[in-house]
Amino acid sequence: MRKGVIGRAFKAAFPLTVPIATGFLFLGSSYGLLMHSQGFGFWWPVCMAFFIFAGSMEFVTVNLLLSAFNPVAAFLLALMVNARHLFYGLSMLGKFRGIGWKKPYLIFAMCDETFAINSSARIPDGVDRGWFMLFVSVLNRWYWIVGAALGWLIGGVLPFSTKGIEFVLTALFLTIFLDQWMGGKRLVRNARGRFGGHAGRAARDEAVARLKRYAGRHLPAAVGVLASLACLIALGPDRFMVPSMALMLVLFLALRPYLDGPADGTDPGSVGSETVGSGDEGGEDKEAAR
Amino acid sequence: MMAMTVWQGVATVAVVALGTILTRFLPFLVFPDSKRPPRLVEYLGKVLPYAMTGLLVVYSLKDVSLASGAHGVPEAISIAAIILLHWWRRSMLLSIAGGTVLYMVLVQLVFV
Repeated sequence: MRKGVIGRAFKAAFPLTVPIATGFLFLGSSYGLLMHSQGFGFWWPVCMAFFIFAGSMEFVTVNLLLSAFNPVAAFLLALMVNARHLFYGLSMLGKFRGIGWKKPYLIFAMCDETFAINSSARIPDGVDRGWFMLFVSVLNRWYWIVGAALGWLIGGVLPFSTKGIEFVLTALFLTIFLDQWMGGKRLVRNARGRFGGHAGRAARDEAVARLKRYAGRHLPAAVGVLASLACLIALGPDRFMVPSMALMLVLFLALRPYLDGPADGTDPGSVGSETVGSGDEGGEDKEAAR
Repeated sequence: MMAMTVWQGVATVAVVALGTILTRFLPFLVFPDSKRPPRLVEYLGKVLPYAMTGLLVVYSLKDVSLASGAHGVPEAISIAAIILLHWWRRSMLLSIAGGTVLYMVLVQLVFV
């Protein structure tokens, strides 16, 4: 019984991690390669991949190790570069609730790609949420660690040109973004079907609710893209992340009257089986709010 | 080569790991399961996933230079292809693989 649960979760999780395996084996290798070329021993990239497990920060740490010893600056830099994790955590509070012993690992191993999958995946019916997210986390983590080790070992000898393969991560993020964006239409249809059952709800309420559900996913997505684009153009590639997140927070606070409301009972980023459950919760909130 | 001693290097890696772990655990320490987060935080938890995916798209493209090299043309073509593919088939794997292979072909054979 337990085995079946674990097996089903693995079967559901593994295909979603395949693109990340490609990207991480390559990016991890390039990181291992870089460490090799800078004269670090094998265990440096492997241990850093294991303990830090935040790709961009590991690349930054290479520079830190090559300059003068300054642990305070290193610690503060790690906080700044990884500030986006705070947002991931806030986004996953609900999804990780009541998940039990797997929770600390899910939090520890939540890199960009793992967050992107776990926050958006449509977990099929009959698949255990905790095991699904655990497999996504474990697999992605080890793709990266193995990639770093391989990169150090192969030292630049590859049978074919992999130039451009790093685009796989852009493709991954963009596809998840599009899936959230386009999924919206289906979701609105589903939601209308559900809410259609409540007879006697005023037409105006329904229209407002529908608009809110629609805006509920497209507007945040647009805010994310536009705020970060604006900061990227204004501040350049090395300093735009923290200001982007600050700008997003301000915009979301300003837009709260339009975006926040019991009518938007949709679960972030997911459509399908899971939405039914959270949609019902939204309905209860709505009743409670009256 | 490293300018610091091995133990200084280990300490540097340790504080970086600690800082990273802190950013990941902080929201869960502030709002444990037993404590219902304030409405504002629940609202942010609802809108942020969409916005953060948008940020990640921009983040992954941050080093593309419009002024030099291929002027971002291979990226633009591949992004357009991914949008069309995903609009057409809605298959994550097809969109990702199609876009990546197209990009590799473009940077290796067309925009060399």
